Amino acid sequence: MSALFKPRRATEDHVLVRWGLTALALIYVGMFLFLPLLTVFKEALGDGLGAAWNTITEPDALSAIRLTLITAAIAVPLNAIFGIAASWAVAKFDFWGKGFLVTLIDLPFSVSPVVSGLIYALVFGLQGWLGGWLRDHDIRIIFALPGIILATIFVTFPFVARELIPLMNDQGRDEEEAAISLGASGWSTFWHVTLPNIKWGLLYGVLLCNARAMGEFGAVSVVSGHIRGLTETMPLHIEALYNDYQYVGAFAVASLLVMLALVTLTLKAILEWRYADEIAAVHHHH
Amino acid sequence: MSLTIDSLSKRYISFEALNGVSLTAPQGAFVALLGPSGSGKTTLLRILGGLEFPDSGSVHFADLNWLGVPARERRAGFVFQHYALFRHMTVEKNIAFGLSVKRWRDRPNRKEIARRVRELLALVQLEGLGKRYPSQLSGGQRQRVALARALAIEPRMLLLDEPFGALDAKVRKELRAWLRQLHEMLGLTTVFVTHDQDEAFDLADLVAVMNGGKIEQYGSPADVRQAPRTAFVQEFIETRVH
Repeated sequence: MSALFKPRRATEDHVLVRWGLTALALIYVGMFLFLPLLTVFKEALGDGLGAAWNTITEPDALSAIRLTLITAAIAVPLNAIFGIAASWAVAKFDFWGKGFLVTLIDLPFSVSPVVSGLIYALVFGLQGWLGGWLRDHDIRIIFALPGIILATIFVTFPFVARELIPLMNDQGRDEEEAAISLGASGWSTFWHVTLPNIKWGLLYGVLLCNARAMGEFGAVSVVSGHIRGLTETMPLHIEALYNDYQYVGAFAVASLLVMLALVTLTLKAILEWRYADEIAAVHHHH
Repeated sequence: MSLTIDSLSKRYISFEALNGVSLTAPQGAFVALLGPSGSGKTTLLRILGGLEFPDSGSVHFADLNWLGVPARERRAGFVFQHYALFRHMTVEKNIAFGLSVKRWRDRPNRKEIARRVRELLALVQLEGLGKRYPSQLSGGQRQRVALARALAIEPRMLLLDEPFGALDAKVRKELRAWLRQLHEMLGLTTVFVTHDQDEAFDLADLVAVMNGGKIEQYGSPADVRQAPRTAFVQEFIETRVH
């Protein structure tokens, strides 16, 4: 009897609905996520591992990899610090113009990256507002590393703050007030109470920010000038190779970019597994 | 070390939280601020804790201009309504917090801190739970951790915001008796906020009935209960909320 009349839970749907939805989800994920990724690796290895390796280790490719890593290494920490500062201010204090600040932080999300790049070209380019002054003082921003970094910072501006503001709003000010009343200074309150409570959100924001910083194409494309071996980041290099019909090269560098992303995601998964207890404790609500 | 509050006023944008509140309490008194929500009792408590500042008026405690002392130097042990335990720290770390953030020359060494934590855990009857996280404790246990954490800094006064508000009736009664005992043992000047008159009359030496940012009546539980001075107090005492 128990086999025939398996008790159904109130929230359980019909077996066809369940299987249908699951299959649909799997097909969707497969077609739009898994298959494209697989294609990238397959194309890269089309002429064998050796050929792929050679395209990654040729000087222009190495230069692109170096440039991408340097850009991310500067842009991500800066945006992390800014993101923490901004969300701390927004979530823990009341001040005039708060709504405007939040909107401003979101701006890079709503502006097309190409436009963001153009803004910098307009300000710092030779014909731009500061172009003449910069040329006179021999400072190169557009078509050089500083421009690429500035454009990347602009585009990845909101990631950390967007991740932290809701989290910090949710956590409220109680624990900070408790810390102050127990004699902690502002700095040790931030360091011992606020930061530990947001560190997982921060990590997630930083990873997203990093992925975008390494992958940014549009804004960087406008300010970089596409000088091979000099101002080409990995995404720009991939495009250049692709336009030259060097498919193996393009997909090999693309695989590397994908793998950088996969490494960061794996890192996150390992950390989450290692600190599962602590994460559960931090996310518990009253 | 008596507490003197003199004509405190505090206005928020839309309403008057405190409207000329005065009150005195002798050293070691157990004072209840009793009133409906929005009566200003929590604002008054937060001003005593240094978490809020009045627009006018003064507070003197232990011969100090209390409002001139920054919150972190007041040593006012504050127990929050929802406890505000540090959720990423174990119970031990929570209790030790106030000691471990002291300037290095005032800070007790690690052994001494551990000893104090053990003492406090025993005092609040939570021996053996030091390694747990707050999320692994019941409401009543969290409440006692919050109290132990506030006591760790050897506070000069104790401020409790709806200390039993989030607990069920049975635990509430038990903790009430225990808190009264603790108060007698420590002799700290204690102010607590409640909307539950049984709690106020049962626990406190002095009860301030508040309404609309004013103190309607201030006196011993017996006085307030037997001789309500205003219509509001009369009515408030007649309607028993649970």
